[in-house]
Amino acid sequence: MVSFLGKQTLTLVHGLGDFALFTLRSFQAVFGSRRLLRRIARAGFEQGVRCLPVILIVGMFTGLVLGLQGYYVLNRFGSESLLGALVSLSLVRELGPVLAALMLVGQAGSALAAELGIQRNSEQIAALETMGVNSLGYLITPRLIAALVVYPMQTALFVTVGLWGGSLSGSLLLGIQPGVYWSAVERAVASQDVNECFIKAATFGLLTIALCCYHGFNTHRNRSASGARGVSASTTRAVVQSSILVLAADYVITSFLV
Amino acid sequence: MAEAPPSLLLQVKGVHKRFGDNIVLSGTDLDVPRGSLVTVLGRSGTGKSVFLKCLADIMPADEGQVLFDGKLLTAADPVTRAEFRRRCSFLFQSNALFDSLTALENVRLPLEQTSDASDAEIQERSLEALRQLELEQHLHSYPSQMSGGMQKRLALARAIVTRPELVLFDEPTAGLDPLRRNAVFLMIAKYQRQFGFTAVIVTHDVQEAMAASDRVALLDQGRMHFQGTPAEFAQSTDAVVTSFRDSAVALGTALASLRHGGSLPTED
Repeated sequence: MVSFLGKQTLTLVHGLGDFALFTLRSFQAVFGSRRLLRRIARAGFEQGVRCLPVILIVGMFTGLVLGLQGYYVLNRFGSESLLGALVSLSLVRELGPVLAALMLVGQAGSALAAELGIQRNSEQIAALETMGVNSLGYLITPRLIAALVVYPMQTALFVTVGLWGGSLSGSLLLGIQPGVYWSAVERAVASQDVNECFIKAATFGLLTIALCCYHGFNTHRNRSASGARGVSASTTRAVVQSSILVLAADYVITSFLV
Repeated sequence: MAEAPPSLLLQVKGVHKRFGDNIVLSGTDLDVPRGSLVTVLGRSGTGKSVFLKCLADIMPADEGQVLFDGKLLTAADPVTRAEFRRRCSFLFQSNALFDSLTALENVRLPLEQTSDASDAEIQERSLEALRQLELEQHLHSYPSQMSGGMQKRLALARAIVTRPELVLFDEPTAGLDPLRRNAVFLMIAKYQRQFGFTAVIVTHDVQEAMAASDRVALLDQGRMHFQGTPAEFAQSTDAVVTSFRDSAVALGTALASLRHGGSLPTED
């Protein structure tokens, strides 16, 4: 039992160290990378534009549900006028960064892990190395940089659409004056909340995209499955671990910033 | 540091490689003269591809030395390895083309990422390489929209666009019918002469290799059992060489024996 726990701990520590080195080397590769801007733009398109529908839809429904639930809770205390504050603070400080990150992991992160896994299996990554191209610099670096920009933007969009969803619930369906709702939003949200939101979004973006890249890029190291099953296993692991990481990182960041 | 004779572009000395308990290469040597076309023959599973990947610096050898243009690679610094990669191209058995890039983008990639050439020059050199390999009609096709032969030519175009001195071919004719096998060997021999690069081909197609190569080597049980000219290979009386070289004759003899009520000879 002790031996098993020891081995698992060593495996975990080794994995974390390997992941940290992978991320550091990917950033280090910025210096030798050519035509990086074009690839950052392409990665930004993949993570941003392609994920836009899911961000808009989930953001809208989150706002609608928050408006509805919040109204009935506040109604018990006769504080319906605070609905804007409840919706905005929930979205800006917690739900916006977390849910947007989870949606991006599901859409962009899974696609990324699968794409890199297939590239590894079909020797495309080995081909890059034989050409003298730094595969981390070519494949990973632009995606990490794009994530640092795209995640905060997507989160801002998610929060904005969510606020409109809350307004729709509160004003159109439940009869709260729009002015009351939006003035509560304005009074509740401080610049520190917005900063916290963007810090969380950028951190989640970096961690999740790095983790998805790590699993896809290292598909060949998977001992339990190879080929198509190896890609499938890497993708599943990337999505599950990234989702857990978002929630764990959220707790850590919140405990430091609150 | 060991020095290779100047006429040799590549020299391999005592390369060892094992995967767990499985010993694949046990002291493999190879001499590749500059400007020549060298074919490494061997049965399936003898470690030909592993050997080539050790040469290409994709897979590190456990022991041994690889000298490129007189410089030691195996224990070399990153600068020497980068220099080797700049002057060497590798053609994978699977072609390893980027399936999300068009033919033109595939060929442009190594120049874009490793040279300081201007965009116009990159475009010109890429188009020239594609023209030389008769792919100018398929500039904007994706690899999946091309036939196996065209993909092979595209992979070769990508390999030669950087004007390498050494091109390593891993089983370039695997899975092809005899006519296409001939066409691929002809294509390699033609472009090897046209561009003047040194080529190392790993294959198990004996007849085509003997016809197209300047030198032939036979890998058996982790060691280079034979190295010489195709004529020397054809005349060799060594048992391993003859069993590999005359496999078609041996098959005919065994089948004739079977038809006449005899028993099949056991392997080895």
